[in-house]
Amino acid sequence: MTTPASSPALRLDAVCKSFCRETGESVLALDNISFSVGKGELAALVGPDGAGKTTLLRLLTGLMKSDRGIVSVLEIDAAKDPQAIQSRVAYMPQKFGLYDDLTVQENLDLYADLHGITAEEKRRQFADLMEMTGLDPFQKRLAGKLSGGMKQKLGLACTLVRTPELLLLDEPTVGVDPLSRRELWEIIRRLVKDGMTVLMSSSFLDEAEGCERVLVLNEGKELAEGPPAEVRNMALGRTFLAQPPQGMKARDFQAQLLAEPDVIDAVPEGGQVRLVSQARSGGSQSTTLARTTARATPARFEDGFMVLLDQAGGAKQTYTEAVQPEKPLGDSRHESVVEVRNLVRHFGKFVAVDHVSFSVKRGEIFGLLGPNGAGKTTTFRMLCGLLPASEGTLTIAGTDVRRNRASARQHLGYVAQKFSLYGQLTVGENLDFFARAYGLGGEKKRERIAWAISQFKLEPFILLPSAQLPGGYKQRLAMAAALLHRPEILFLDEPTSGADPFARREFWQRITSLAAHGVTVIVTTHLMAEAEYCDRAAILDNGKVLAQGTPAELRAHASGPAGHSATMEDAFIAIVLEGRGKPAAKPGAAQS
Amino acid sequence: MNNWPAKWRRIRALTLKETRQVLRDPSSIAIGIVFPLMMILLFGYGLSLDVSRVSVAVVDEDASTDSAALVGAFRLSPYFRVTVADSMAEAKRMLDRKVDGVLSIPSDFTRRWHLGEAEVQILVNGMDANEARIMQAYAQGPIAQWSAARAGSDALISAGPVIVTDRMWFNENNNSHYFLVPGLIVLVMTIIGAFLTAMVVAREWERGTLEALFVTPVRAGEFLVSKLLPYFGLGMIGFLLCLTAGQFLFHVPLRGSLFLLCLASMIYLMVALGIGLLISTLVKSQFLASQLAMLLTFLPAMMLSGFLYDLRSMPAFIQGITYALPARYAVALMQTLYLAGNVGSVVWLNLGVLAAMATVLMVLTRLATRKQLS
Amino acid sequence: MRSSFFRILALIRKEFLAVLKDPRSRFIIFVPPILQCFIFGYAASFDLNSIPYAVFDQDQSAASAAFLSRLDGSSIFRRQAVLGRSEDIHTWIDNCRALLVIQIGQDFERHLLAGEPAQVQVIADGRNSNTAGTALGYFEIVVEAFNASWRANHGQGSPTIRTVTRSWFNPNLDSRWSMIPSLIGTLTMMGTLMLTAMSVAREREQGTFDQLLVTPFRPFEIMAGKALPNIAIGLTQSTTILLIAQFWFHIPFVGSFLLLYAGLGLFLMAAVGLGLLVSSIAATMQQAMLYAFLLVMPFALLSGLTTPVNSMPEFLQSALVINPLRYALDLTKRIYLENAGFAQLSSDFLPLTVIGLVTLFGAAWLFRKRLT
Repeated sequence: MTTPASSPALRLDAVCKSFCRETGESVLALDNISFSVGKGELAALVGPDGAGKTTLLRLLTGLMKSDRGIVSVLEIDAAKDPQAIQSRVAYMPQKFGLYDDLTVQENLDLYADLHGITAEEKRRQFADLMEMTGLDPFQKRLAGKLSGGMKQKLGLACTLVRTPELLLLDEPTVGVDPLSRRELWEIIRRLVKDGMTVLMSSSFLDEAEGCERVLVLNEGKELAEGPPAEVRNMALGRTFLAQPPQGMKARDFQAQLLAEPDVIDAVPEGGQVRLVSQARSGGSQSTTLARTTARATPARFEDGFMVLLDQAGGAKQTYTEAVQPEKPLGDSRHESVVEVRNLVRHFGKFVAVDHVSFSVKRGEIFGLLGPNGAGKTTTFRMLCGLLPASEGTLTIAGTDVRRNRASARQHLGYVAQKFSLYGQLTVGENLDFFARAYGLGGEKKRERIAWAISQFKLEPFILLPSAQLPGGYKQRLAMAAALLHRPEILFLDEPTSGADPFARREFWQRITSLAAHGVTVIVTTHLMAEAEYCDRAAILDNGKVLAQGTPAELRAHASGPAGHSATMEDAFIAIVLEGRGKPAAKPGAAQS
Repeated sequence: MNNWPAKWRRIRALTLKETRQVLRDPSSIAIGIVFPLMMILLFGYGLSLDVSRVSVAVVDEDASTDSAALVGAFRLSPYFRVTVADSMAEAKRMLDRKVDGVLSIPSDFTRRWHLGEAEVQILVNGMDANEARIMQAYAQGPIAQWSAARAGSDALISAGPVIVTDRMWFNENNNSHYFLVPGLIVLVMTIIGAFLTAMVVAREWERGTLEALFVTPVRAGEFLVSKLLPYFGLGMIGFLLCLTAGQFLFHVPLRGSLFLLCLASMIYLMVALGIGLLISTLVKSQFLASQLAMLLTFLPAMMLSGFLYDLRSMPAFIQGITYALPARYAVALMQTLYLAGNVGSVVWLNLGVLAAMATVLMVLTRLATRKQLS
Repeated sequence: MRSSFFRILALIRKEFLAVLKDPRSRFIIFVPPILQCFIFGYAASFDLNSIPYAVFDQDQSAASAAFLSRLDGSSIFRRQAVLGRSEDIHTWIDNCRALLVIQIGQDFERHLLAGEPAQVQVIADGRNSNTAGTALGYFEIVVEAFNASWRANHGQGSPTIRTVTRSWFNPNLDSRWSMIPSLIGTLTMMGTLMLTAMSVAREREQGTFDQLLVTPFRPFEIMAGKALPNIAIGLTQSTTILLIAQFWFHIPFVGSFLLLYAGLGLFLMAAVGLGLLVSSIAATMQQAMLYAFLLVMPFALLSGLTTPVNSMPEFLQSALVINPLRYALDLTKRIYLENAGFAQLSSDFLPLTVIGLVTLFGAAWLFRKRLT
């Protein structure tokens, strides 16, 4: 065994890589990057969308060749012998291409055979993987029939079917629910303990915190490299928890704070607002901090990351511009806009949604939370009229959706989990089409499209085919298209899945502003931190509603680690485990 | 370096995967089984290149015993269905839709016949040129028969002096199934081989299933082999269906060796698969790949292979193109093996060209398949 | 009603943009029909203009030479070889070096001069019996001409009947004249049906179909929005072929454009309807493509394009009343070459209207059913 220092598991030396867009311009995806990961290390690659994380991983796997510099993996030159690398590493791409027409078991078998796993290894590994992914009951199901999160987990299982020398993971936990995420991390930690080297990219910054080494990228450039603590320390003494003024919602207060020039970052947390300020405590007190009752709180990696990016050029964006709904919503504030009673949906014998009931009032943000395959998307599709309900009543803005779908649609906007606008059409053409689809014409159409373009900062991309938009902008375009007709109700299916921290903040700010103007929002998410933005949320599992209430009420279900209040994530796990009849065990303790 | 057991296992796993995908997609089965059956039935029972029974309207303005005898000769001919029209005007109206041609016997027919200068008019509808021409030729039969009968009474020789006896080798009874079945094999192989495989690699690119697959010990060559095997099997099923139909349904004689016929089919199937895979690898879009496959393989196999239309009568530049098309060699090969037997020079030449094409295509496809994302 | 109209308009605009913006899909819409048009125009003909033959002349006389020179003068028969032995006949036929081998017997000239029947034997390569049959037919015509002139020159003339043939609508009996107008319908149907089937399948595969369904579009509007642009594209394809027929192949168009386009419109309605039917059965683009192909194949083969409909078996002919292409072929050819009027074409217009309406409503029904 060589020591990590003498021969790193992977090494990049002054690597550059650029791409040509179809429009002809050249984009520098990686700019002079040098980085190495020692054997047995757990390293993370973090950065906003378009930072070059995926490109870097593809260079390491030999799927792409660098323009300049040396890429060496397991002491093999990636430019010279990519096959040798590909035979020795395991790689999970961002979108793991499962074969939809093969079953779960067949997909796994395929990868086991390709990697040449022995029958003995296979048996042992499969049991673990099934436990981790919860795919055991679905072994015979076609991969195409799995829910989005389940597919992600199956992809992971296919990657982990063998224990390679080096494991490369590109955003492995996107779309994976908190429960599975914890289990996944258990497996990764165990693999590292057994001597495996792991490099993963992630946009969940709390995950980077648990790594030994991080590389922070932004627009192809290296911002920082080293142990995560170094990044965290950037925010040392700058992090506070602020109590919103009486009668103000945490999210509204957060939006207000974020607009302050000396605030780098603010997010709602446990009914309060966590903020990162330009000034350190003890130093010259910022005006904002002076006005609020804020107490210092320990810094996290995420806070340091935000400071780092702020220094790199400031990524904070604020959206104070309001969206005015079509009709005055004044008096009807408390009327319930979405009524769901005893909603049931069968697929054959399988009950995907089992007597779900909830109601959402005008101007509320309502969250649908739950593990993968809980029935969230099925419920959503029924709400939007894409799937007929088997039983129950569904009323949207006073219209019975089961009877009259077309007229309910004029009131709602829908953003699907997967980008689903016309890829061949440009941004402008997509907006124009959806405006017309909603019956907008003439001056009104021009005005709304102009609004959408300025609101979502789409100006530079108007002539770009939307398939070529950078990831985050696709999401913006989808939102813009859904808001053109000023819907009263907005349905968002995992809108922030795969989005970077900025995109997520930006997104929630917009949602907050919409809700403040009376738009009703129903949203599904896997990020429990985001549930903090909701007025109320329901937690689903196995098609049933397990709990429903305000974030504070939900948090009350769990007690956090000693000395800390419970996070939404703790609460979520407690509720789901309880619902499954398992003791609310400490995460990871029940590993076999 | 290569570890054969592991290599074999990878190929087996990928082939199994591909086979499962084929078996689970009803459209692959439709192309593999339904298409050959459909073509067999269509070519066997639907299409006929013979014009059977041309309907003709007769206007007999002479109304003599001689002209009546001529009309009688037409009636007796197996090729004509005779309707009598009262006037030329009526006949022309019928020509519009109901009949394919008009036979007009002028009023001075008998008189002029005795002078040795009798004339009848045949009016054909040129809308279908081929049909019109065939009718023109068929009409000579009853006319000659009538003249012979007439001349016989006058003791004069009318037919000849040169008398032709013709023989159609390989197909004495002029049964069109004899040349349709060999061509059918080529068509079916082309569709299964090229059209179906044109989509299979493109599909993986479009669905993004390759990124993960590439970062495994799988070699590009293994990937391609696994793409070939299931479709090769499907193609051979199509071949067997056609072979069986030829043997038991249409009773086409197989004069060459069955072994060579199978070998030829396999080699041509490899060519078709090679084209399909190459298109698929290069184009990476299912829609485009399928359209290209249609344009580059199916149409040539149908139109430019010598299957239906004679190559020697095509303009020179089209003939030039046909030399680049594998279907041309395959049709010549199949027709010869079926009907003429093991004619050495024809068989080996065409087999050689096809084998060379298959090799080149496979090498090109292998070179075009890189485990790289662009 | 008005808003519905505008929504359909929006869909039509989008559909055109999606299809016409991409250079590759533009290529697929226009290049294959044009290429096919040329291939069919030049290659798809049963006429022979080059018949290679070999001769085994056992007589070697002035008469046999005269006979052969008539053959060579025909510009169709190309003499490849003069064979010395009868065994060579096999070699020449087997190796596809000659389509016909002509054997002239020893006493050819003697018989001729004696006024007796002189035998000529022809052997044809029957591997493609259709070609062989046609070649034999051509040979008979040359022999007939030889006979006539021989009789005239040797006073053996006997009263024969001259047949005067006149051909309507296609004076030179050029098979291209009937083939190319037929392509207007055939190629357009292939293109339109596949394009329609694929365009819906693509929206399904890419998830944009769901996005459409949550907007106020009604199933009927989505259908209309899919059908109309594809009909328009089909009409453009037809026009392209029409232009090639007139200006490249110089086939005079004698009919009414109004009637032609009315007929094509009805026909395309049926083609698009079939495409929509396919798309509502297909789950993926691959399936849409293959099913569309399986559907187009028999329609094209049994339309009368390559072989006449009336020589097909009776049961098939009666089953083919549902084939829209059959009517479209008849209609385009007759308007193009014959200047047929509406009254004459009612037997095409009527079934086309029925088929178009049935497929469109069938597709609409299936469409609705799959959505709910």
